[in-house]
Amino acid sequence: MAEGPIIPEFERGSDCVRENRLFCADWARDHWDDMFAPALVEHVQLTLIAVGIGFAISFLCALAAYRLRALEPPIAAASAFFYTIPSLALFQLLVPITGLSLLTVEIALVSYTLLILFRNTLAGLRAAPPEVREAARGMGLTPWQSLVRVELPLALPAIVAGLRVATVSTIAIATVAAFLIPEGLGAPIFSGLREYFKTKILVAGGLAVALALLADALLLLLGRAVTPWSRSRRFA
Amino acid sequence: MSVFLDALRFVGDNPDLMWEKTVEHLALSGVSIGIALLVALPLGIGLGHLHRGSWIAISLANVGRALPSLALIAIGIAFLGIGFANVAVALVVLAVPPILTNAYVAVDEVDPDAVEAARGMGMGATQVIARVELPLALPLLFAGVRTAAVYVVATATLAGIAGGGGLGDIIVNQASYRLEGVIAAALWVSVLAFAVDAALGLLQRVLTPHGLRPRRPVAGSLPG
Repeated sequence: MAEGPIIPEFERGSDCVRENRLFCADWARDHWDDMFAPALVEHVQLTLIAVGIGFAISFLCALAAYRLRALEPPIAAASAFFYTIPSLALFQLLVPITGLSLLTVEIALVSYTLLILFRNTLAGLRAAPPEVREAARGMGLTPWQSLVRVELPLALPAIVAGLRVATVSTIAIATVAAFLIPEGLGAPIFSGLREYFKTKILVAGGLAVALALLADALLLLLGRAVTPWSRSRRFA
Repeated sequence: MSVFLDALRFVGDNPDLMWEKTVEHLALSGVSIGIALLVALPLGIGLGHLHRGSWIAISLANVGRALPSLALIAIGIAFLGIGFANVAVALVVLAVPPILTNAYVAVDEVDPDAVEAARGMGMGATQVIARVELPLALPLLFAGVRTAAVYVVATATLAGIAGGGGLGDIIVNQASYRLEGVIAAALWVSVLAFAVDAALGLLQRVLTPHGLRPRRPVAGSLPG
């Protein structure tokens, strides 16, 4: 699980590194290209894949539950169940089945996005007032046309708000994924914790925090951009 | 399926270990939620009562929700060293946003006519808060507390990597406790989270005055 040599490299450590001061800018700069930048890119990839697949699944489930109310309780219960399993544990539970692989990590990450995305999409679809749906029907729209042209646009604020929550929580949980495979920003966090090397912990942890805040802000702006007629605050 | 039977057997074989770790886990969660309540409830209720600072309440909540807990704990370790305090700090930071935002929105959205009527009856600010706004805000307010509590109990497992104790000690130590121990502890954490949620639900029902039916919680009030 450990990346790099088990015995840390001591040969050219500065005073700061040898004394393990809180933050050594020289060390952080030296290892930006070979450690932090790749970890950051991996982290973004992990997150995008998980949110993309999670959204596809939740969206279809929400459409199904919107058409057929009876489907809602079982889907909601299943997604809520996944949500309560501690991430650290779910990763390990999957190892006997799918091994120490990217697949294991992505299955766990996807399962955590389901509850939020499903709930918000469904709530958004149902948020269309009955009069509006009635009017759509009165104009001769088929249920499918009404869904695409009326309910979905009205559901957009809730959907984007759900994507926002799902994305930031996936960024958070993806750091835990490095407990299994050295992938993403969690890898330097965990190895930093093992070595108790403060600079590594701070840079990697700080990058994870910055990435989460940046993603949050970008999705907030996206939400405003796609729904100029409303603010998504209510579902945030 | 046999893995789950093994997990059950693990609990039967190690009652002392499970008990000790459960107590640690609940102590860590309880302290964190308690501090978060002390910080977030007065602030949320106060701002909601004044109908001010929505920007602060909402954006603080959004920022707080976006913070990755492992990264927070790691950064805490760099500053505070390994142990209980550092994990508790991180858990408080995670628990404050949902409590604060829900408390704010709950009190802020209380029917202004009801508040007006209370003022007309001669109630002061404290009485309005205690006897009108809080009872009416209770369902939404509790939704935030319950969300935070479930979140903290689940996230407290991360204490295992930071020397904070609790059931995470078992979950991160597959080498010693094997897969059945990990599964047993993980399922037990989920049970604890549900139990805490149910207990708070019960408390909510007890505190809700007769004649006030709970509203449905706001969609998307779950933590990140």
